[in-house]
Amino acid sequence: MKKTMPRPVIGAEKAVGYIRDGMSVMIGGFNYGGIPYTLVDALAASGVKDLHLIANDTAYANEEHPEGIGHGKLVVNRQVRKVTASHVGLNRETGRLFNEGRLDLELVPQGTFVERIRCGGFGLGGFLSPTGVGTIYEEGRQTLEISGEKFIVELPLKADVALIRACKADTWGNLIYVGTNRNFNPLMATAADLVFAEVDEIVEAGDLDPDCIVTPGILVDALVLKGDSYYASRT
Amino acid sequence: MLPVLDDEVVRHRIAKRIALDLEDQAVVNLGIGIPTLVSDYLPSDRQMILQTENGVVGAGPIPDKPDLRYIGAGGRALSLIPGSSIVASDFSFGLIRGGHLDATVLGTLEVDEEGSLANWWIPGKLVPGMGGAMDLVTGAKNVYVATTHLDKKGRPKLVRKCTLPLTGVGVVTTIVTEFCVVRRKEEKMVLCEIAPEVSVEEVVANTGMTLVIPSKPETMLGI
Repeated sequence: MKKTMPRPVIGAEKAVGYIRDGMSVMIGGFNYGGIPYTLVDALAASGVKDLHLIANDTAYANEEHPEGIGHGKLVVNRQVRKVTASHVGLNRETGRLFNEGRLDLELVPQGTFVERIRCGGFGLGGFLSPTGVGTIYEEGRQTLEISGEKFIVELPLKADVALIRACKADTWGNLIYVGTNRNFNPLMATAADLVFAEVDEIVEAGDLDPDCIVTPGILVDALVLKGDSYYASRT
Repeated sequence: MLPVLDDEVVRHRIAKRIALDLEDQAVVNLGIGIPTLVSDYLPSDRQMILQTENGVVGAGPIPDKPDLRYIGAGGRALSLIPGSSIVASDFSFGLIRGGHLDATVLGTLEVDEEGSLANWWIPGKLVPGMGGAMDLVTGAKNVYVATTHLDKKGRPKLVRKCTLPLTGVGVVTTIVTEFCVVRRKEEKMVLCEIAPEVSVEEVVANTGMTLVIPSKPETMLGI
């Protein structure tokens, strides 16, 4: 997708139309905060499958919400073949499908997860982390000793598409965030071939203070206005 | 036999004791469960700067009117104290791994005499994932374990060697249970304080790890 100016403002269905079976998709959010709910709901409705979901967690699926909340729905709908995440305990379907051998699950410490994405987006070949040394997480991973301290070699993470959530955009696609909705979203904006940002509102270029912009618009392909679902309207 | 205390008494006793350990202006990450209660017991002449994995530096109590755009790591709405800041997850974990946190307080399934702890997975049960716990115990200057002395089946949680998958190796600095405070000093676990209703012998009999016993352990503060 060639970037055009001003950044196109498109519907969620059109945005997720770029996502094909088998693609890797990064989705922002921590717990229920900062998830691009409108985009994710459209992806859940699209029926696209065999996705590699890269997200901090798999949101929710429980007794109260068996259909799932946010990208929890993608797991419930069996649209996901692999999950890379740091925590999946709030989505009972993720654990169940993994235990039944129907889902590939890569669990990564949260700081490692986000740093791998940062490496992917910032052109680095990887990094050395002390996190997880001596634990089961180290098994099967390369280690290096530097000045007597052992580190795990961590590799970059990239994706075909990133669905992220910001607060305001301008017509150049520059983004600012609000509260704890920020979390993984600015990092994911750097690490995918296509980046769709769901926002509360879009203002004219020049209306956002350049000093406060977190994500430069050059990283963003298109903007989607948030919908009015329960969580989209409250987060 | 250790006396049986009311669950709420246990939780608040542990939280209060840890709060008394934290210095003014300490930057602290509190895990879910008992650790969450620590902030309720900070002495009034001290301020604690609460950090959350999802990016807040300077978190405050649950507000009267929750705004779901501001939540803590457990998903509860939080307030921001004057002077707080919010960062993205890479920066948040840079703070955590980089040694910028004075303390992290976590619950555990097991903690052992080498200072290792296991608190993220019981094999055979659904795997929840380690979340931020491995980074927190690796990077924080002090790792406080807040735990009941025994598990639900009456077995010691302070063990000689953890049998469950570890969260971190040799990282624990202080263990606080309802009956004692154990600190890791020169790679040994020292029984520093005990609760008034138990004897040293009772604590030792219900503890799997080898404890160094000072000639007279202090009475647990805050009771």
